[in-house]
Amino acid sequence: MELTSVKSTFDVTAIRKDFPVLSEMPYGKPLVYFDNAATSQKPQVVIDALVNYYSHYNANVHRGVHFLSQKASDAFDVVREKVRGFINASTEREIIFVRGTTEGVNLVAATYGRKNIQKGDTILVSAMEHHSNIVPWQMLCEEKGARLNVIPMNENGELVLDSLEDLLNDNCKFVAVSHTANSLGTINPIKEIIAKAHSKNIPVLVDGAQAVAHDEVDVQDLDCDFFVFSAHKMLGPTGIGALYGKLSLLEEMPPYHGGGEMIKSVSFKGTTWNEVPYKFEAGTPNIADVIAMGAAIDYWNSFDRAAAHQQEIDLLNYCTSKLADIPSVRIIGTAKHKAAVISFIVDKANAMDVGMFLDTKGIAVRTGQHCAEPVMDWFGIPGTIRASFMFYNTMEEVDYFIEQIKKAIQLLAV
Amino acid sequence: MRTIAEIENEIIDDFALFDTWEEKYQYIIEIGQKLKPLAAEFKTDDNKIKGCQSSVWLTASENNGILEFSADSDSVFVKGEIALLMEVLSNQSPEAIVNAELGFIDQIGLRSHMAQTRANGLAAMIKQMKLYAVGFQHKNV
Repeated sequence: MELTSVKSTFDVTAIRKDFPVLSEMPYGKPLVYFDNAATSQKPQVVIDALVNYYSHYNANVHRGVHFLSQKASDAFDVVREKVRGFINASTEREIIFVRGTTEGVNLVAATYGRKNIQKGDTILVSAMEHHSNIVPWQMLCEEKGARLNVIPMNENGELVLDSLEDLLNDNCKFVAVSHTANSLGTINPIKEIIAKAHSKNIPVLVDGAQAVAHDEVDVQDLDCDFFVFSAHKMLGPTGIGALYGKLSLLEEMPPYHGGGEMIKSVSFKGTTWNEVPYKFEAGTPNIADVIAMGAAIDYWNSFDRAAAHQQEIDLLNYCTSKLADIPSVRIIGTAKHKAAVISFIVDKANAMDVGMFLDTKGIAVRTGQHCAEPVMDWFGIPGTIRASFMFYNTMEEVDYFIEQIKKAIQLLAV
Repeated sequence: MRTIAEIENEIIDDFALFDTWEEKYQYIIEIGQKLKPLAAEFKTDDNKIKGCQSSVWLTASENNGILEFSADSDSVFVKGEIALLMEVLSNQSPEAIVNAELGFIDQIGLRSHMAQTRANGLAAMIKQMKLYAVGFQHKNV
């Protein structure tokens, strides 16, 4: 299958100019950044938002009576509404700022989980979860004497839902599943999983880390109970993300960390909690990164997201067809519904050796287990090479990548 | 017998011929591809140093107070690294191995091109070689 004449109205050349890092020259070679599933690059507006805050109005929020504090508070507070709009939550009170997806999952496990999971209960995850959507639940299970169950997957890397009815039995009290699998690129039928879980009154957390930058997410349409994601994978800064939770659930949950901001009143006899979402946001928030996350959302809203998404699908299809033409390459994860992620192995070559070879050519990919060791074990492989695309990648970059993969095979697969 | 420091200096001189990371990578791959494979009987879990992205099997034998290492890996690059370490540390006394500072690794610019996981792997290999040396040291006391 040749897809050389892919047409797109999306102006990649123009959009690349928004991302200063894309003109870097590692080892004197043009950067080809295909590690977007690990973290995305940042547009200048996001970088400017960080610099402007620190340069012109750095102050603590919600406390000061002075000019800078008021300005910082205003800039900070509007972002909650932007995040609400970004995932279409019904009220901004349902948005809790967290450090990222990992902290969001841990927060739910430590609050909702500790309160509601009992001995003998089961928590259901899927076979393709990232470690951050496994380990917090395992820790909770260990503490409570509960058990972790797993929705199985098939050889294409698709979840097999035949057994879902059985897994959603009376013991099952919670489901945590990824929207899009980071290691394989599979887009899971989460709406169906959520509906089936809800038919048994079981709440569902969706790990949206890989989804938010690639698909438009509507938490009300999904009807998920919790949705977590990180800003850094969607053009924003590191160290900030959001947890969405249905208001009724958030209000019932105990607080996570104790400290300032999360309290209504403190005495040595006892303390009363602040309202949602502040109840879950102890201490000075990550002001700069919240503001920059808002700038990232503004940036998303400034161009045609459908066209950007199409660019990624074109990159995925083009690169997949080119890789499929190389006999010693085997693509791991061939689901029908995939995000722009290609995991693959090369016969007789170690994934890390290939990744390091590509690095010498200025190409950034991820190699190894991708924090999803159970997925690699399932396929019986030590790790993969993973190329993951963003709308700012080009077909020419894919051509160069394929050319260098062929050279790596010549050198390494002997 | 050349000392560890002498061998390290020779390696530093060899690497001085290369200007780019690309050339160094290819040279290390070349060295790795020349490393004699380890006999299957030595590829046991006991001899395995499991890393995040590759595995190494390492074993040592002693003859008249001199240690000799044999090793293998599923990564050619790691084989190249271990071949360099073996060039420096094989055929030396346990004392010399234990005291080796191995400054050549930084001087040839190897570590600066490594992700944390790979740098940890290299450190684990060095540690294991030194542990063998410590073991043989005590055996001979």
